[in-house]
Amino acid sequence: MTTVVRWAGNIAGDPGIRSAARRYWPYVALLAFTIVLPWLFYDWSKARHAGFVVSLLSQMGLMIIFALSFNMQMGEAGLLSFGHAVYLGLGGYVTIHVINAVRLGQFWLPMELMPLVGGLSGLMFSIVFGYMVTKRHGTAYAMITLGLGELVTAAAVMFNGFFGGEGGITANRILKTSLLGLSYGPGIQVYYLILAWTVICVLAMLLLTQVPLGRMANACRDNFERAQFVGYDPRMVRFYQCALSGFFAGIAGALYAIDYEIVTFDAVSAILSGNALLMTFIGGVGVFWGPIVGAVLITLLQSWMSLISNAWLIYVAVLFIVMVIYAPGGVAGLFMAHVPIWRAGRLSALAVPYLRILPPALIGVAGFAGLVELTYFVTIGSGQGKTLNVFHLAINTSSPAPWLLASGLLALGTTIALSQRRAFTTVWDELAEHIRTKERG
Amino acid sequence: MELALVTLLNGLVYGMLLFMLASGLTLIFSLMGVLNFAHASIYMIGAYLAYQISQMLGFWPALIVAPALCGAIGAAIEMYGLRKAHRNGHIAELLFTFGVAFLVEKGVQMIWGLAPVPYRVPAELNFALFTIYGTNFHAYRGFMLLISMLMFLAIWLMITRTRIGLIIQAALTHPEMVAALGHNVPRVFTTVFAGGSALAGLAGVIGGNYLVTEPAMAFTMGPIVFVVVVFGGLGSLTGCFIASLIMGFVQSFAVVFDVSLADLLAHLGIAVSPENAFAEVLTLPLPRIAALLPFLLLILVLIFKPRGLMGTRDT
Repeated sequence: MTTVVRWAGNIAGDPGIRSAARRYWPYVALLAFTIVLPWLFYDWSKARHAGFVVSLLSQMGLMIIFALSFNMQMGEAGLLSFGHAVYLGLGGYVTIHVINAVRLGQFWLPMELMPLVGGLSGLMFSIVFGYMVTKRHGTAYAMITLGLGELVTAAAVMFNGFFGGEGGITANRILKTSLLGLSYGPGIQVYYLILAWTVICVLAMLLLTQVPLGRMANACRDNFERAQFVGYDPRMVRFYQCALSGFFAGIAGALYAIDYEIVTFDAVSAILSGNALLMTFIGGVGVFWGPIVGAVLITLLQSWMSLISNAWLIYVAVLFIVMVIYAPGGVAGLFMAHVPIWRAGRLSALAVPYLRILPPALIGVAGFAGLVELTYFVTIGSGQGKTLNVFHLAINTSSPAPWLLASGLLALGTTIALSQRRAFTTVWDELAEHIRTKERG
Repeated sequence: MELALVTLLNGLVYGMLLFMLASGLTLIFSLMGVLNFAHASIYMIGAYLAYQISQMLGFWPALIVAPALCGAIGAAIEMYGLRKAHRNGHIAELLFTFGVAFLVEKGVQMIWGLAPVPYRVPAELNFALFTIYGTNFHAYRGFMLLISMLMFLAIWLMITRTRIGLIIQAALTHPEMVAALGHNVPRVFTTVFAGGSALAGLAGVIGGNYLVTEPAMAFTMGPIVFVVVVFGGLGSLTGCFIASLIMGFVQSFAVVFDVSLADLLAHLGIAVSPENAFAEVLTLPLPRIAALLPFLLLILVLIFKPRGLMGTRDT
């Protein structure tokens, strides 16, 4: 007993462990939070989980893997792909066939390792397709992957044997082949399976950014001619990076198959590929955790905004365009831009400029949202017999008053925000200059 | 024979429509290096505007007004969006046009609804122009052919015979030199973008009622136009023209000929049994894979002949 106490005391006193604990406690806390999270929405009176929340969290987990694997190409290697869902979808199709085969007793495989099936099949397809597509880079790469995505989607609709045509392939995930004795019937068990694999994949992809391959991918992205001079073949670097990202996308595909128990051509479609792009870009391509933020944000928007507004995709599109022009680093980039200012202890200097620019900008956004919603309810909503309610107040979309109000808010908000923009950039540039001089001397 | 002739004519009509879209895209692509994802969206806007205007004023005013509006939209996209995105690099420009395409699709759905709109061929042109081998050739197709031929002639004359055309040609290869000579290169970019958008709008006006005017039309047309541009080769309008026609013929003939690989093998004396693992692939009739052919072509061209038919540089 005393030895155990002394041993524990030694560990706690070990400076290496202590500094590691200080460094990694936010990540451990985050992990603990994700484990507890579904229980915060647990309905104790009925003794059951909130199905909506659990499925939302599961979806977030697999989308995090998907977005990070997309960023292995886009952020790490500078390869913009419009067909990344191909690897997810094909991994999902193989997994669902394997689940069905295990159910028929053709062979035995525990559910916990099923994502590896998806990952390996994703890897196989990304080796085959990647060998062809990585011959090119830049815009040509974007176009080839677009063509590839369209090709696979069309094939998925066309062939019944492997893809099940338009209906897709279904499976039942309750296999009783679990190593842990779980049935994987309830959504909460699937959530923990997805969480475990998400943690494994995130750590593996983080590791891959630190090894020589990840560094060379960065080099080939930034200046592939110099990388060539150093003695690396950019083509092979692109190929390895693409193949490995296909592996992780395949894992996401397997989790997709397990979570939804159906894989249709939606899983390989351009819409899902575009989703990966949206998540990664809005989250931020330049920082490793950017796509994680993007995946969480977009999945939340998808589930929550689509309940409030049917025109939510318009907002996502506008957000995306604004981000591309004004914040190409995404949410993570915006955050990282504030870090040096925070380190210098000058964050408070930004408070007033932010207070002057954000409220009018929000008014403008409200006006824009109002116009979009009004238009939507005039065309599609009225056809579906819906009425526009704001704070339980029915709005008459045919009268000019709401239209005038919304346009007025939009015009007023954007005018004031634009007039404040110069004051904001002046302060921002001053701070940047201040930090630069401080660093120099 | 009769089938071949009718299909040839249909392929010509479709090919010329493709050319109207692809010519603008190839000029924009070779001038600015931007793959404009929103080009087919402008085509869709053109069709919808034409439908709206033809409801109010009739088809003929729409033929003029809708392309002009599309040109203005194109100029606005270039000046207020693309130019700003340009500061963040090529990928950002591409993403910007992708975002615009996404926004336009959702916006069109919001304004005109999810279902196709009843945009119809004008009554004046709704008759059979002539009959070959018992098949009517519709007057509207002849009209489309006429408009697109005139357009081709106009572009060709403008590019090769006028001063602005010469500046555009020079800016394609030597933008710095053109700027050094005192020409406003950004304005050339805007002009080309607006012109290309107006052409795409015109294609929408005359193609919208020939095909279907629906929110998905941009998404079905866009990739095919990319294929044409890449297949024809960057910077070459002639290559683009030939590629458009080839694509038009390929698409029209593929729909007509009901053959499969199994039939081909049967000619060689090999019978495909249903137990064969590849039976599903081999017995697939050609019309069903017609939609796949452009993408197959795109991948093959980009891998094996990156310069396309008559291009002078890599994509």
